[in-house]
Amino acid sequence: MKIHFEKREKKPSTLLIFLASLLSILIAIVFLGFIILSLGDNPLTAYWQLVSWGLGTVPGFIQSLVSMMPLLFTSLGVLIAFKMKLWNIGAEGQFQMGAFAATWGALYLFPHLGNPWLFIPLLMILGMAAGALWGFLPGVMRAYLGVNEILSTLMLNYVAIYWVNYLTYGPWKGAHSYNFPVTAEFPSAAIFPQYGTGGLNLGIFISIAVAFFVFYLVKYTKLGFNLGIAGDNLRVGEYAGINVKRMIVLVMVIGGAISGLGGMAEMSGVLFRLQPNFSPGYGYTAVIIAWLARLDPIATVIVSFFFGVLLVGSQQLQLFMQIPSSLVNAFNGILLFSLLASEILLHYRVRWVRL
Amino acid sequence: MNETVLELTKIVKRFPGLTANDNVDFDLKRGEVHALLGENGAGKSTLMNIAYGIYKADSGDVKVNGQKVEISSPRKAIEYGIGMIQQHFSLVPSFSVTQNVALGLKELGIVPNLPKVRNKIIELSKKYKISVDPDAKIWQISAGEQQRVEIIKLLYVRSQIMILDEPTAILTPQETEGLFETIREMTKNAASVIFISHKLKEVIEISDRITVLRHGKVVGSVKTSETNENELAKMMVGREVIMKIEKKPSKASGEILKVDNLHVMNDKGLKAIKGVSFDVKGGEVLGIAGVEGNGQRELSEALYGMRDYKGTVTVDGTKMKSGNVMDRIKHHVAYVPQDRKADALCGGLSIYQNLFIKAFSSPSMKFNPYFFVPERLRVPSLRLMKDYSISASSVDLEVKFLSGGNMQKVVLAREIGNSSPKLIIAVHPTRGLDVGAEEFVYNVLLEQKAKGAAILLIAGDLFEIFNLSDRVAVLYEGQIIGYSQPDESHLEEIGLMMAGVKNENPL
Repeated sequence: MKIHFEKREKKPSTLLIFLASLLSILIAIVFLGFIILSLGDNPLTAYWQLVSWGLGTVPGFIQSLVSMMPLLFTSLGVLIAFKMKLWNIGAEGQFQMGAFAATWGALYLFPHLGNPWLFIPLLMILGMAAGALWGFLPGVMRAYLGVNEILSTLMLNYVAIYWVNYLTYGPWKGAHSYNFPVTAEFPSAAIFPQYGTGGLNLGIFISIAVAFFVFYLVKYTKLGFNLGIAGDNLRVGEYAGINVKRMIVLVMVIGGAISGLGGMAEMSGVLFRLQPNFSPGYGYTAVIIAWLARLDPIATVIVSFFFGVLLVGSQQLQLFMQIPSSLVNAFNGILLFSLLASEILLHYRVRWVRL
Repeated sequence: MNETVLELTKIVKRFPGLTANDNVDFDLKRGEVHALLGENGAGKSTLMNIAYGIYKADSGDVKVNGQKVEISSPRKAIEYGIGMIQQHFSLVPSFSVTQNVALGLKELGIVPNLPKVRNKIIELSKKYKISVDPDAKIWQISAGEQQRVEIIKLLYVRSQIMILDEPTAILTPQETEGLFETIREMTKNAASVIFISHKLKEVIEISDRITVLRHGKVVGSVKTSETNENELAKMMVGREVIMKIEKKPSKASGEILKVDNLHVMNDKGLKAIKGVSFDVKGGEVLGIAGVEGNGQRELSEALYGMRDYKGTVTVDGTKMKSGNVMDRIKHHVAYVPQDRKADALCGGLSIYQNLFIKAFSSPSMKFNPYFFVPERLRVPSLRLMKDYSISASSVDLEVKFLSGGNMQKVVLAREIGNSSPKLIIAVHPTRGLDVGAEEFVYNVLLEQKAKGAAILLIAGDLFEIFNLSDRVAVLYEGQIIGYSQPDESHLEEIGLMMAGVKNENPL
């Protein structure tokens, strides 16, 4: 017997894409089960713990939404670049830079600004600008110097992470932080409106609004149309009169701004202060989410929520079953693998051939 | 020296839509250089890929040293002593020459004895007068030297039958001389060489026998000593006219395209176009004939603004900016590039999106950049599909699933049907198309000519040039070597100019 791959004659249908994604999730869940088994626990109870809190209770649901927010922002940030086949994995750094800029504005630039109507938009702009800068740099290097954006965005992530570490351990360490590496708390005018005590805040709604904005951008604008062309074939982009280099930079800047806004929203909406490791790698999970959503902005909302549920569930897992919450990272890794592997099912028909 | 080492009989190979080899017979004797001559697409490479085990013939026999064999893969071919150097080399760029030669050698085992390989390379390079540096990395050395490494690889495994596919296409004249010396050295040592080319002069210089292929069939097989360039040119291009196209005399109006002293570099930074000047009037077709690789690609890309140049290009009285496509689009220049899949179509996008790739750059289209509904392009696309008889199940079908002819129709529909071009630059517009699609393309271009567009037709197929053009210029090594008339009585003259012979005694 021999496995034979035959190229499909037609575009894979939506159903097939959905089934392939579902299959990759199932495979990741089965693998996760083996890991849980090896820890001496019952996988089924663990699965239940993983989802029951986030989906079955109101506070859990709200927590999941709160966890969804940074994931959604960063996923949308990478999604735009992916549309043009720019492998931007710099959402993490852009997210951190956005958080840094927001903290800078809130605590050091204009800490005494009392009017939230002015303060919050100002911080949003700062966050977006910092994220945009972190997208602009690799964008320019890619467009005009031919530097591989995978490497430059990845490296810039570390620069951003260590920059935040430096500030929080050093000059920005809060006066009342008992020597913990955290900054002072944001002034109240710099904090997003909160709804109830569960953490539900304006940032979540902004993130969903951004998803619809990205949907509009990709689907109904000149930029989106040209994105599709240049993403499919860069040379044809040039042929059609599109300034491909400028477009690379623009796409990286827009993606960076969205991720940067995410960082700002995490500060103003959830944490209210900058601290090291405030992101458990949202920007990397974003890559998986964008792929699982097949680069569809609306599907990204749903997939981000699903990951938010998992993130919250993993904390339950740790709390009640003493299973390390980093298990979710393992799950994410396996999921990305099976997702990439499922691509082959979409484009090729697999046959068993008798020799 | 008369022993036949390789014999191909009645080889038939069909691809969807065309017969690449139609009952081809070919044989190779020990110690000879047998040239396989023909235009692009004549079936030369296909035939040799069958001998080397890359393709499998639909029917026909292959005999090596008189034994009937089944060559199912290049590995098998190498076992039978057949080696092939393809147009695209198979070398690892980051490896040294020695490491590349050692790759795939069976005798070496797990820990390769590289110094031994290195010594053997030096020995071979002395014996066959091949200059290679065994320690240089592949990426550091020129294409010519890379080719020499490929030859060393064949010599190392003692190939007795060497197939060289267009080996001189990437060489400078000096390197070509060096290659010929190596070939002579190899044949002295009882190896046999199949030399694939479309360059008459080289073939005459190096070969003992010549077989000419045209449209997948053997036109003839001659001894080199008993033929000449004229005869070969005739054989190569043939005499029969494929179809009759109604070509009306041109009603040339004002000058639309004017090119003055154009200089263009190729991707490697070498001069590809060296001071070309010409003009095309409205309602006129200027055909540029020439063997591929003489600067056609660079010329067309420079004219369309996809490649930087020195010199001036004027379209309808306006001087164009170098390397600026938008400038061309704004001035109604249409471009049908040589490689439609790579340069003109987004394979992963639908037909309707491909028809409107220039939605935001074409001066004849006005769309709102902030509210643009691509689905609305379906209706006008349906009309274009009908006008250009693009056969596809729907406008939503991805272009990569179309046939070559239909792909070209999509390009034409966009470039011509969707705007009113003043200048059309068409490069090999019918390459790979069947006769029906070919005729369609011709008629579209002639219709535009009647409407007053200026057409620059760059093609390798002389009949295409004859069918369409009003004047013929011949491009040779980046220069226009001469002009001629597009009819069969000038066939030899054009053929000779294509081979680089200047027209001294016009017929």
